[in-house]
Amino acid sequence: MTNTMTPRGMTRRGMLKSGMAMTAAGLILPTGMAMAQSEPKKGGVFRIGLGHGSTTDSYDPGLWDQLYVQTFAAARVNYLIEIAADGNLAPELAESWDSTDGATWVFKIREGVSFHSGKPMTPDDVVASLNHHRGDASTSAVKPFFDPVTDIKVDGQNVVVTLNAANADFPYLMSDYHLPILPSAEGKIDPTTTDGTGGYIVESYEPGVQATMNRNPNYWKADRAHFDQIIILTILDPAARLNALMTGEVDLIDQVDPAAIALLESRGVSKILSVSGNAHYVFPMDARTAPFNDNNVRLALKYAFDRQELVDKILAGHGSVANDNPIGPANRYYFAEMEAKTYDPDKAKFHLKEAGMDTLEVTLSAANAAFSGAVDAAVLMSEKAAAAGITINVDRVPDDGYWDNVWMKKPFCASYWGGRPVEDQMFTTAYVSGAEWNESFWSNESFDKLLVAARSELDDTKRREMYQEMQRLVSFEGSTIIPMYNNYVMAVANSVSTPEKISANWNLDGFRCVERWWFA
Amino acid sequence: MAPAGSACRGLSANAAQRPQGKNNGKRGDGMNDIWRMIGQRLLLGVLTLFIISVVIFGATELLPGDLARELLGQSATEETLAALREQLGLNDPAPLRYWNWLTGVLQGDFGVSMATQKPISELVGTRLGNTLFLALYAAALSVPLSLLLGVLAALWRNSIFDRASNALALTAISFPEFFVAYILVLWLAQTGIFPSMVRITSATTTGDLLYSAFLPALTLTLVVTAHMMRMTRAAIINLLASPYIEMARLKGMSPMRVVLRHAVPNALAPIINVVALNLAYLITGVVVVEVVFVYPGLGQLMIDAVTNRDIAVVQAIALIFAAAYVLLNLLADVLSTITNPRLMHRK
Repeated sequence: MTNTMTPRGMTRRGMLKSGMAMTAAGLILPTGMAMAQSEPKKGGVFRIGLGHGSTTDSYDPGLWDQLYVQTFAAARVNYLIEIAADGNLAPELAESWDSTDGATWVFKIREGVSFHSGKPMTPDDVVASLNHHRGDASTSAVKPFFDPVTDIKVDGQNVVVTLNAANADFPYLMSDYHLPILPSAEGKIDPTTTDGTGGYIVESYEPGVQATMNRNPNYWKADRAHFDQIIILTILDPAARLNALMTGEVDLIDQVDPAAIALLESRGVSKILSVSGNAHYVFPMDARTAPFNDNNVRLALKYAFDRQELVDKILAGHGSVANDNPIGPANRYYFAEMEAKTYDPDKAKFHLKEAGMDTLEVTLSAANAAFSGAVDAAVLMSEKAAAAGITINVDRVPDDGYWDNVWMKKPFCASYWGGRPVEDQMFTTAYVSGAEWNESFWSNESFDKLLVAARSELDDTKRREMYQEMQRLVSFEGSTIIPMYNNYVMAVANSVSTPEKISANWNLDGFRCVERWWFA
Repeated sequence: MAPAGSACRGLSANAAQRPQGKNNGKRGDGMNDIWRMIGQRLLLGVLTLFIISVVIFGATELLPGDLARELLGQSATEETLAALREQLGLNDPAPLRYWNWLTGVLQGDFGVSMATQKPISELVGTRLGNTLFLALYAAALSVPLSLLLGVLAALWRNSIFDRASNALALTAISFPEFFVAYILVLWLAQTGIFPSMVRITSATTTGDLLYSAFLPALTLTLVVTAHMMRMTRAAIINLLASPYIEMARLKGMSPMRVVLRHAVPNALAPIINVVALNLAYLITGVVVVEVVFVYPGLGQLMIDAVTNRDIAVVQAIALIFAAAYVLLNLLADVLSTITNPRLMHRK
């Protein structure tokens, strides 16, 4: 492990000199990236230290849930469709896709792609891989995606998916990280297989500790997968992660503590990548119970705290203000012109009066399991709300069991969303009436109708209008406080080069740093 | 049991050569007593392990949520949860699940991890090896160091050396482990002398491992040295007031010889006990150090298993930890009996 610097053609010291001006300025993506100008080079051992990973992680794609398994997967498997760095769909194992009515989708499967075992990838493998997430016995987390699917069948080199209603965004779902194409036998995939069509072949994997992968010499994408070897390590302790990067043990770390960013920059051995995406922090209120069943109370709370203060103090500036809108700036139909909500105690008092109250006392349950800094954010909100006659009692609850005992159980709590590439996916997952993860239990008839109508609307202008109206409804009548979009903050060694644009769809360049990045 | 037996015999032969051990004819009786004690204690140990397994099982049952919920996380729906619970056998009543586990263990089968479907022996085996390596490494550094410091401190008690070593050891033990670890990282890892984290792969040689695991071993050494050193010092000083030590001094023996030949053998029992206690701690209590140095040991596996409610793994590790305490305590008692002729040869 000591000589990993040499294959990169440049010593760390040399790198330091050439990148001095840039690191001193504290590089923030995607405003511009001097490093990105060089052409991708092959070689090197890319070592990643992630704050995720557990001994219970498995190869079963239906159970993938965090950054470690997602990144590990991105290195060894491919999907039907890829989300490109600019947020648009790009062909991966599906060469092209088409639908005449939005209900029957035809995916043309790429020919000449082989698994690591040498077995050619066929449309049968695609059908088996998708069927793994369908049916009563499936334990997949994305089973709801396939509820509207009535049939998946092979037609020559095509795979035809039939839905019970039109959905213009269905191809986006096929890019989901739970849906890799794996080798099948007799119509079933083996959920414990290490095989895939991806750029790296697994050499060793110890769940919760490390994974080592070597470059696939027969990878079908000639311009991807630049490293000779990828090592992904689980480093749960934030300080240990920082140390590993600073002492040159790893080349990339995730989840950099905002408080440590300035410190890291002053050391000059690494650079910070801060990518604004759709990820956001939320405070859902149970719309079924008093006092949150009155929209005036919800509006009063939405005006009673300072969003910019949260961005500055909780995210250390690595994020942006959100207007109670789960659709982020990286989405296609983001409603940027919507009337902004600022900290306005008078307006909050006005809405309280409309609700027939002079003062309001609520309890906000928070734990840092929801997001790093959730408890501090709750305290900041409570301080500011006092001026509007609102008392927010912050109830600090344990991290362990948070999603079982607090989330969707207590009337007012903290939570987070990774954001979704498609508006429909976000709304269907968490805002439509009766959705499994509708954490605020909000129900709005006109919102529900619009959502169904927009799904099958194929005219882009009309769709935009519909989605913007839905965003307005969620923001001004919804029962979820969404104060901020949090950036994905990573730190890399100076020797690491990235393309000019880093994807805002999920962390680590949409998990694809392993095949998109290289050593300068 | 063969190695333990031969070790006992070797030590008792030593004991017999000591000035106090003159009654060689009674040696067989002493050994019989010891074998009886070992048998009794092992039986009691098995009972202890059984009780511990019940307690641990009950405690994990009390935790909120279950394995299915933890595996699917925030994205769980009732439907997928039900399917996964069915698959994992979580719908059986708790006593039945415990009984199934217990009968498996009695047949030597610790079962498979419910989360990964891997055999637990495989999962725990490598981690146990790593943990034992680190524990032995730390013990190899700390036990000789603390015994040496303890003896010297007793010999030169109230001197500058005594006060300084006491103060340093107490300072080290007073800081929380993670703080000691971070300080060492700051001084020794960020300056590039030692790596800040441990990586163990199949290609890692023992030499590499001794180098890369030095910081965690040093951290543990700093944490446990004070306890053993002060016990050694106190036990020896306690004896130095005895009439037979005074006699030895009056004979004109050098202070060093008085301590080593006359005081230390009689102070062995409390020292052995405190060393055993610290060894057990090194095996079971090093989670924080494992986390800071990213050391893949049993502690981290235990935490993972508890947060994921993977009860079969929790049970297996709890039994290993409990067994470490039972066996080390037994070993300490056997050794203190052997080193004490009054216990070996009582009438």
